[in-house]
Amino acid sequence: MTLSFALIALLTVVAALAAMLLRNLVHCALAMVVAFVGIAAAFLNLDAQFVGFAQILVYVGAVTILIVFAVLLTRGGLAPERSLFSTSWVWGGGVALAVFATLAWAIRQSVIRDRQPLPEPDVTVKQIGEALMTRFVLPLEVIGLLLTAALIGAVIIAMKEAPAGGKREKESADLEEPGNPPSVMPPPTPEGGLS
Amino acid sequence: MTPLAGYLLLSALLFCIGLVGALTRRNAIIILIGIELMLNAANLNFIAFWRFSEHPEALTGIMFTIFAIGIAAAEAAVGLALIIAIYRHYQTTNVDEVNQLKG
Repeated sequence: MTLSFALIALLTVVAALAAMLLRNLVHCALAMVVAFVGIAAAFLNLDAQFVGFAQILVYVGAVTILIVFAVLLTRGGLAPERSLFSTSWVWGGGVALAVFATLAWAIRQSVIRDRQPLPEPDVTVKQIGEALMTRFVLPLEVIGLLLTAALIGAVIIAMKEAPAGGKREKESADLEEPGNPPSVMPPPTPEGGLS
Repeated sequence: MTPLAGYLLLSALLFCIGLVGALTRRNAIIILIGIELMLNAANLNFIAFWRFSEHPEALTGIMFTIFAIGIAAAEAAVGLALIIAIYRHYQTTNVDEVNQLKG
């Protein structure tokens, strides 16, 4: 185990734990940023430069901004007075521990656990772009469609609800409007009255 | 260099930390952060297996991770829009209090 991997793993795990256990939501979001940066560093450590920088762009840039905006819009920055954890937190923790034990056991039993990597693969961004445009062009188009649909869906879901009865009032106002003569007559000019 | 098991264990640990957060916290935003952590752990697994595979020039792991990052971004946007809609309706983001389907 190299020193760089140990440092990255320690940073990522501590930041992830802080993101899950801290009380203040803004602190959780900041700890989450550190965890994402740690994962991006692990990608760079594995010679996947493009994915590492995409991770920083998408997660550290975009997703964090979204989460901070959600905290802002929901008054969630105030720490709750009551308990942070739901009433069944024992079960949740037990399930997570069981999952980790199973995964660790499976990794320990695996035949490839001690495999050493080959010499550094020569993967350039040009190759990735060519693969995206040839072999993976259909998934690329599908994900473009998915992102468009998600964008429209997010806007529609978060759009402000019309107040109850508001739509009906507006309709009736629209109905009355064409029949009504203009109720406000232009005031007579003072010059005309004086002369 | 670090053997494959190191990366797999780190990924499993991150996944379980995200799972703890998603299962035990009350606040919907923290639950979403936990889900993002779990997705990232899966991405780390993909990249580790790609790096330690015998044909890294096939680029499959990298492509899968790029698409997974895109889908995670879409999921975060829709999830936060849902949280804001729920907050506007119930005036809370505590998932223990959001317990009825009726509007």
